[in-house]
Amino acid sequence: MIRVSGNRAHEALAMMADVPKARQASLRRLYWQGVLLDEALVLVFEAGASFTGEASVELQVHGGQAVVAAVLGALSEIEGLRLAEAGEFTRRALENGCLDLTQVEGLADLIDAETEAQRVQSLRVLSGAIGQKVESWRRDLIRAAALLEATIDFADEDVPVDVMPEVRALLDGLSTRLKAEAEGAKIAERIREGFEAAIVGKPNVGKSTLLNAFVGRKAAITSEIAGTTRDVIEVRMDVDGLAVTFLDTAGLRETDDQIEALGVNLAIKRANAADMRIFLMDGAEDVSSLKPQEGDLIVLGKADTMEDDVVRQFEYRVSGLTGDGVSSLLAAVSQTLSLRSAGAGTLTRERHRAAIGGAILALDSALDELQKSFAVVELAAEELRVASRALEVLLGRIDVETLLGEIFASFCIGK
Amino acid sequence: MRMFHVKQFNVIIVGGGHAGCEAAAVSARMGAKTALVTLKKDTLGAMSCNPAIGGLGKGHLVREIDAFDGIMGVAADYAGIQFRLLNRSKGPAVQGPRTQADRKRYRHAIQDILYGLPNLEIIEGEVADFIQAGSAISGVKLADGTEIAASSVILTAGTFLNGIIHVGDTRTSGGRVGELPSVRLAQKLAEFGFARGRLKTGTPPRLDGKTIAWDQLEKQTGDEQPTMLSFLSDAPVAPQVSCGITETNARTHEIVRSNLSRSAMYGGHIEGVGPRYCPSIEDKVVRFAEKDSHQIFLEPEGIDDDTVYPNGISTSLPAEVQEAYIRSIVGLENTVILQPGYAIEYDYFDPRGLTPTLSVKGFSGLYFAGQINGTTGYEEAAAQGLVAGVNAAALALGREQIIFSRTDSYIGVMIDDLTLRGVTEPYRMFTSRAEYRLVLRADNADQRLTPKALAVGCVGEARRRSFGKKSELLQQYKSLLNAVTYTPKQIADAGFKVRQDGARRSGFAVLSQLDGSLAEVAQQLPDLPVMPEEFLTQIWRESLYANYSDRQAVEAMRLKRDEETQIPEDFDYVGLPGLSRELCLKLTAQRPISIAQAGRIEGMTPSALVLILSRIKSGAVKRHAL
Repeated sequence: MIRVSGNRAHEALAMMADVPKARQASLRRLYWQGVLLDEALVLVFEAGASFTGEASVELQVHGGQAVVAAVLGALSEIEGLRLAEAGEFTRRALENGCLDLTQVEGLADLIDAETEAQRVQSLRVLSGAIGQKVESWRRDLIRAAALLEATIDFADEDVPVDVMPEVRALLDGLSTRLKAEAEGAKIAERIREGFEAAIVGKPNVGKSTLLNAFVGRKAAITSEIAGTTRDVIEVRMDVDGLAVTFLDTAGLRETDDQIEALGVNLAIKRANAADMRIFLMDGAEDVSSLKPQEGDLIVLGKADTMEDDVVRQFEYRVSGLTGDGVSSLLAAVSQTLSLRSAGAGTLTRERHRAAIGGAILALDSALDELQKSFAVVELAAEELRVASRALEVLLGRIDVETLLGEIFASFCIGK
Repeated sequence: MRMFHVKQFNVIIVGGGHAGCEAAAVSARMGAKTALVTLKKDTLGAMSCNPAIGGLGKGHLVREIDAFDGIMGVAADYAGIQFRLLNRSKGPAVQGPRTQADRKRYRHAIQDILYGLPNLEIIEGEVADFIQAGSAISGVKLADGTEIAASSVILTAGTFLNGIIHVGDTRTSGGRVGELPSVRLAQKLAEFGFARGRLKTGTPPRLDGKTIAWDQLEKQTGDEQPTMLSFLSDAPVAPQVSCGITETNARTHEIVRSNLSRSAMYGGHIEGVGPRYCPSIEDKVVRFAEKDSHQIFLEPEGIDDDTVYPNGISTSLPAEVQEAYIRSIVGLENTVILQPGYAIEYDYFDPRGLTPTLSVKGFSGLYFAGQINGTTGYEEAAAQGLVAGVNAAALALGREQIIFSRTDSYIGVMIDDLTLRGVTEPYRMFTSRAEYRLVLRADNADQRLTPKALAVGCVGEARRRSFGKKSELLQQYKSLLNAVTYTPKQIADAGFKVRQDGARRSGFAVLSQLDGSLAEVAQQLPDLPVMPEEFLTQIWRESLYANYSDRQAVEAMRLKRDEETQIPEDFDYVGLPGLSRELCLKLTAQRPISIAQAGRIEGMTPSALVLILSRIKSGAVKRHAL
């Protein structure tokens, strides 16, 4: 369940679905910018009549991590909304007098366990390779902020006159790295939740047979009649340590059959959304309704029945029936996805993603300010404060003592 | 036979430095019968270190004291011989007014104000003991046996507690050069068992200005349009002077380096911790060995005083070494030292033992203010004097305590830093310490705080009138500016670049958004309400930070709410289920007074706060039920 609390809660829901009547569980499709996220049970509470005492919304979505992440992601894009801190709802409930006090004391153990889990998580984040990366962000942010503060607080002292080129370079670099991380974080999410590989092609090229060969068991129904697979069949498997969900989709062709047409549309949609596509061909011609993207594999199916000159045109060829070429195709899938996961970010949690997102915004505002011909340096400094607060969950606290320490270590302050 | 006559007051202030003077003045203004006990009446208002008031962060403090109708700003303006607004090229939020002050004029100004206060009596004497009944302090005993009774006592002992002065390897006891330390009082306080620490600070040698070759030196003059420290002042009254600028060189550094072992600080004679932002010349030469020169500002100490304060070269080297290095400096080749520089070590009490009113935890009626709390600087001391003075008087008069918050003032920031975090080096104000810096500006200190001061009842008639008039006009002009709006086209026609987004902008918003000076905007934009320049400028300052101040206001509100949720002094953390041992220890040791303070303790988790909060609420409910 996802809970949204505060005076913008109803407004936020309105951006995703029709707001149902208060205190009436209603089924709603949640959309974000035209994309369907999930169908959820939605409950709306008015201020004074909710758990927290504030206007709030509860969304009971389907349990999958991907769905929850998508909904959270959408919500955190709404201005004024952010992820709640541990225990924050309980605290608000308490402050608004909406919680039985013995109830809260009973929650203590639970809250503490949550906090412990969070602590372990952040420890994990701060150790090892990730720790080093985060440490370098921290160093650069402190340095940039300290330089700005030095020019502000020690203007009549012996500090370098123009520190702005260094500050700009530091912020530029930091912003770029954070953006790369934010991109990477999406892939990291995929690693945890699994990649999707869609098998696409014309009807009856052997897509389902190939899927069955992959899994070694009959997960999809195969038959000689073209257009058998109308729904999308999903099989999740472990490919060299990567979680991959293979999608067996309806064969792509023009059709008058309404139900099959729906299947074809769904196939195209899912295939486009997948991380990669395996185009199964019965010859050299294109599948017109779907275009291969970079990293997709073009494979000749039913290779055992094909002419030699056709077979030679394909790097990958398989026969689902004889099993020839299946393992080398799996290896290619594994290689493609491994390459992507190598570029994955190290930060996977939605909270971290939000932190980085917030920091990027603030850093870019600071850069914008410093770019101006009459830069108001304290506004840039304020943005850096916002950035370090946003990143606090990752970098630890950066407070004025941290900055003063850096300033006094770097410059000879003192008239 | 000696006669003991017990005098009765509401508030006693012990010590007549900047904290003591400000405390005495505000207490008397509030109508409390006040006594100021000082070792020497003559030194009231003495500036024992550099002859300047204000600066970055410090200028903010002076303006805030002034907003409470305090005395520092007014005295500094009377004594000011060179006014400079620091950070003039940056935004108003980080500009700080500063003045060089004529020592004698400053002292006289302070003494004139104090002697003119009807409720204040100034007593010369050494306080040796407190009159107490259990944990309640009810007066002081002087060394001559005199007893003075009062409901509250403010101790502002500065550097006089166990003060030791070092020049080279010579050490003498003293609070300032030529003045005795308060040993007996220090002993008495030691018996109370307060947590103590030792700090040090340095001073440079004082030079004879007649022996300086001024014509060889670069000059630093004051601003053409002086910015005054007090909201009540219009213009300087003392003659204005320039400072000289010179610098150390390789030879100076060589002399210092080869005599390091003779320095009190480097010879191992000093245990106290000195400030990182005010290193001695010894420190500079050692720690920044790659720098081959350091700037020195030659600041005249007064109009009819030839003493010059060389800012930037404090030292504890022997007198003859001081003379040698001074004479290695351009312009100072023949300069005579009037008084050698020295380092002073002194005791301070851990300010974490104080409440936000600066009263001592565990006692009633006892307050500490100033350098004794581990701070440095006249302005920091005076601001604490104000806080302690207002609250000591309020206690004596049976009124409510007055709390300054991080959200309303630099004073609040300082008090919170001191009482929650304590100090590891002498505490000095910086603008970077104030997280609501864009809102807490020197220019709006009166708008922020004078209403509070009026409610407290410490504002005189003259200030009340001038503040009332200014606020009214400001409000009026602001609504005029908000009432007029411009289309992007109108703005472009007036010659300014602006995004053609079709959005109308109010006169208020336009002030800071256009790519021209305020004067250009005022001149070229049609129908802009006409108003005196000072008001237009003030509203422009607000406009400049408007976007940010809205954001900061939301944050500040949240903080304010947490500050208002007080944690009782006897709160039992041990019995709190689910609280980690580590946090329990920290909370028990630091005893935060509010949820806001608790939240700033290192390692604090949101869930632990919820626990504390729930216990407070349940406690409140139980008490209510009784």
